[in-house]
Amino acid sequence: MISPYPAVTLIAVLFGALTIAGGLVWAERRLLALWQDRYGPNRVGPFGLMQTLADMIKLFFKEDWVPPFADKWVFIMAPAIVMFTVLMSFVVVPFAPGIIISDLNIAVLFFLGMSSLGVYSIVLAGWASDNKYALLGGMRAAAQMLSYEVFMGLSLMGTVLLAGSFDLVDIVNAQRHMWFVVPQFLGFVLFMIAGIAETRRLPFDLPESESELVAGFHSEYSGMKFGMFFVGEYIGILLVSSMITVLFFGGWRGPVLPPIVWYFIKTCFFLGFFILLRAALPRPRFDQLMAWGWKLMLPLSLANLLVTGAVKLAFFH
Amino acid sequence: MLSIIRTLWDVFLHAFRKRVTIQYPEQKAYLSARYRGRIILSRDPEGGERCVACYLCAVACPVDCIALQATEDSTGRRYPEFFRINFSRCIFCGYCEEACPTYAIQLTPDIEMGEYSRQNMVYEKEHLLISGPGKYPDYNFWRVAGVKIGGKDKGQAEREAPPTDLRSLLP
Ligand code: SF4
Ligand code: SF4
Repeated sequence: MISPYPAVTLIAVLFGALTIAGGLVWAERRLLALWQDRYGPNRVGPFGLMQTLADMIKLFFKEDWVPPFADKWVFIMAPAIVMFTVLMSFVVVPFAPGIIISDLNIAVLFFLGMSSLGVYSIVLAGWASDNKYALLGGMRAAAQMLSYEVFMGLSLMGTVLLAGSFDLVDIVNAQRHMWFVVPQFLGFVLFMIAGIAETRRLPFDLPESESELVAGFHSEYSGMKFGMFFVGEYIGILLVSSMITVLFFGGWRGPVLPPIVWYFIKTCFFLGFFILLRAALPRPRFDQLMAWGWKLMLPLSLANLLVTGAVKLAFFH
Repeated sequence: MLSIIRTLWDVFLHAFRKRVTIQYPEQKAYLSARYRGRIILSRDPEGGERCVACYLCAVACPVDCIALQATEDSTGRRYPEFFRINFSRCIFCGYCEEACPTYAIQLTPDIEMGEYSRQNMVYEKEHLLISGPGKYPDYNFWRVAGVKIGGKDKGQAEREAPPTDLRSLLP
């Protein structure tokens, strides 16, 4: 079910993702402000919509500086990796019937693989900066993202079992009668928590944690290199919201409205929820984070997988 | 776990609260009369300069941003020859106002002093001096001080007894 004009889809998705990521920066600032009884950026353009554009122009004109003590090429490569991996993940996201770049039959694995590769970006950024705070941030990122990756994959396997396929289009089609969030509620919660940890968003932004590590892994970055980490993070949120929509909330399926609109509405809901999480929750301590990951989330996701498998074997075979 | 969900809900409810932001250039915040903003030099009710160039404000100023030079007019009345405040250094602490014995120097509720050039932040006496008495409309230093200047001799100040005539005390 590839669209007839792959190039058009490709360009549309690329520009769509980047534009929405830009819009998301604005939306996040406005929503955070709303929940803190402020206005947020409201001066540049109508409702401050052009704020991101202004910020981007500013970032482009900043000095593009590589610290003399940094490992130059790794330092330059690191922000590119994060952009590359999140944008690559969009290849397999089915936005609507026919609007998908590549209908891979291992789409879920591809998504997991790409998000694992994304860890490199953060770790290398922290390593190449040759700065103790950046290194600490990078180390935290490595530990956090690798541990949360484990049960991120496991929490997805429930849906994969139910749909009987790794193909995201098949998974959406399998939710014809019931969204997977109902039978896989635990999987959904676990996947969402893992997704936040993977995108290094508050409350799991320990690799960055401004209040202790300056800016964590990107302390030494400035200008558009920093901008790429920044935009990469927002595209990452977009990606995780898309994946939640596709895997647990029936993707583009919905009555009356066209599929792409349904997809958009559901994704926006989760984007909003991610921002609410950031507005409301404090950051846990690092050992708490790891303990939750290994002692609570991992057993829960294993149990979820086992029970789902058992039920499926017992009743649907 | 429950507390996390309750926090989320409580924060969400803030979406329906009134916003506290004052949209500055269009809306202005109310600044109280005692607000410590732009500094002025006031005049006494008779229209004369209040400042007696005693240097106390310059000494009190923690950032040394007041510069002045004392001089005297023909009647023996002291006043500053020049009086300069560098507002790019002033921290609006109000110590100068506290130190001033004559209520000459006063801070006002005006904060809109932005400039593009740092040099424009240096205010001279003609910029500082206003035509009224500021916050203390009735106070007139020379009328209550026991100093002799032109037009006012010893013992002629308000609430001041005439000086004792030492000779009249002789037996
Ligand atoms: S307000 Fe404070 S800093 Fe400013 S001139 Fe007066 S004493 Fe100096
Ligand atoms: S402003 Fe007040 S404290 Fe400063 S020199 Fe004049 S009289 Fe003295």
